[in-house]
Amino acid sequence: MREIVIIAGKEIQEGLRNRWVLATTLLLLALSLTLSFLGSAPTGNVGVRALDVVIVSLSSLTIFLLPLIALLISYDAIVGEVDRGTMLLLLSYPVARWQVMLGKFVGHLAILAFATILGYGASAAALAVTGATIDPESWFAFGRLIGSSVLLGAAFVAIGYLISAKVRDRGTAGGIAIGVWLLLVLLYDMAILGILVADQGRMLSADALNVLLLLNPADAYRMFNLAGSAGVSSLAGMAGVAESLTLPPLLLVATLALWVLLPLAAATAIFSRREL
Amino acid sequence: MKNTVDIRDVSKRYGRVEAVRNVTFALPPGETVALVGHNGAGKTTLIKLMLGLIHPSAGTITVLDENPAAGESAARRRLGYLPENVSFNAALTGRELLSFYARLKGEAPKRAMPLLEQVGLAAAADRRVGTYSKGMRQRLGLAQALIGEPALLLLDEPTTGLDPALRQSFYETVQQLRNRGATVVLSSHALTELEERTDRVVIMNRGIMVANGSLDALRRIARLPTRIRLRMADGNREAVQALLDPQERWQTINGHVVEIEAGPERKMDLLRRATRADMAIEDIEVMPPTLDELYAHFLRSQEAVQ
Repeated sequence: MREIVIIAGKEIQEGLRNRWVLATTLLLLALSLTLSFLGSAPTGNVGVRALDVVIVSLSSLTIFLLPLIALLISYDAIVGEVDRGTMLLLLSYPVARWQVMLGKFVGHLAILAFATILGYGASAAALAVTGATIDPESWFAFGRLIGSSVLLGAAFVAIGYLISAKVRDRGTAGGIAIGVWLLLVLLYDMAILGILVADQGRMLSADALNVLLLLNPADAYRMFNLAGSAGVSSLAGMAGVAESLTLPPLLLVATLALWVLLPLAAATAIFSRREL
Repeated sequence: MKNTVDIRDVSKRYGRVEAVRNVTFALPPGETVALVGHNGAGKTTLIKLMLGLIHPSAGTITVLDENPAAGESAARRRLGYLPENVSFNAALTGRELLSFYARLKGEAPKRAMPLLEQVGLAAAADRRVGTYSKGMRQRLGLAQALIGEPALLLLDEPTTGLDPALRQSFYETVQQLRNRGATVVLSSHALTELEERTDRVVIMNRGIMVANGSLDALRRIARLPTRIRLRMADGNREAVQALLDPQERWQTINGHVVEIEAGPERKMDLLRRATRADMAIEDIEVMPPTLDELYAHFLRSQEAVQ
């Protein structure tokens, strides 16, 4: 445990020093503030709950941005240190490899969580300060948004480690990371959409669609946030979808958690057997 | 006394390449050992095996009473390692990195800080490692290896990039640790530098240990000739020839100096005759075979066997 804390502390220290923390926080802060003020422009302040609009905008933003940031932080974590030779020295110390992996994970997740909470929290605070009325249900949905965003980030950090532990070369790791991002965040949904349009509901049942959506952490996240609460889903144009999709929120969260645990466990196993 | 390191019949294969073949040696406490060999001879593989970073394909290794590859950490706390071409994360300062490594070893960072002074980095302690020169990184590498007064030091090319003064103080540190009973393994190309500072030499070639012993013992085994240089007043070559057996090799270096390669059993006899009054010899230099020559000899004799 002590070793994990020491390594996590060093990752955070490095993140602060090479401006990862600053850059990520500022980026999320700027985008979320922009969205929350631009987002309220078309709807005005009549009737629509302001924070729900922000939640819809932010969760769409998160799906694209957070996986990318998470992969950029993590793809270099193992292969980069092996390449630079710092891993050789680290592993000569009294630390197990799983402790190195977990320490890095805790450190990177702390950076990501800090940026997300501060960046997104600022837009909710800004709304509250400017006098928008926010009911408890919206606050709850917003809390879910932040929690699940961090979880989504954790899943992609774990996927990044898996790439980093498996690959021999930093360039390859970077390439694969971008490929994974494109696949899971963009192409997967386009492919499902294409299939749905071509299929016209003949072969693909609602159950099969549910399974397909669970197989992608980005989709599990989207379903959790956009269809999860009644107020938000009507805004997101997901009300119809939410009725036909029968996935309970708990299952979606469990799926996301699995997307964190499985790649992390696989990455640790591969790293433990890797010869330096 | 128990051995610090015990290596028995150890082999390590990478696919079809055998990096280390059937190596057996033991290192007792308080001994300084030079691990000598070409690049790819298996030196670094041996060090990684002792660190437990890789598993042997065959044989057993015991380091400080533990199997290093078993993943236990008691032995690693008492072990210092300096990798070849050591590198650090460039974003942190020397002080931050040293306290990170000290904490990992369960040592109070405060107690490790005097090491920065010892390696001459006190002035640069709060600068980022990214701004360090190669020699400074090497010194930081030494400082981290010395954390917690290790019982076993594995130093891969420790003096590259160090200027002569720091080199001297590095060997003094090694001497101190050795007097306290630490075992020090030095792997190096700078053979002349190691010559007077090691108790034992292990010579590796293509994964095979070709020699293991003190410098004197290796000289006895190798039976290499001692070079004797005679400076004569008047280039009296006939007199020199009379001194020599026909099979002894000799050459004139310039008009006045003759260099003779004398076998071990001929050496004293030759010197006695050379110092006779009628030889008119002004000066005599006696040069025993150097570590360089011994190294070359053992490599040649191994290659001849194959």
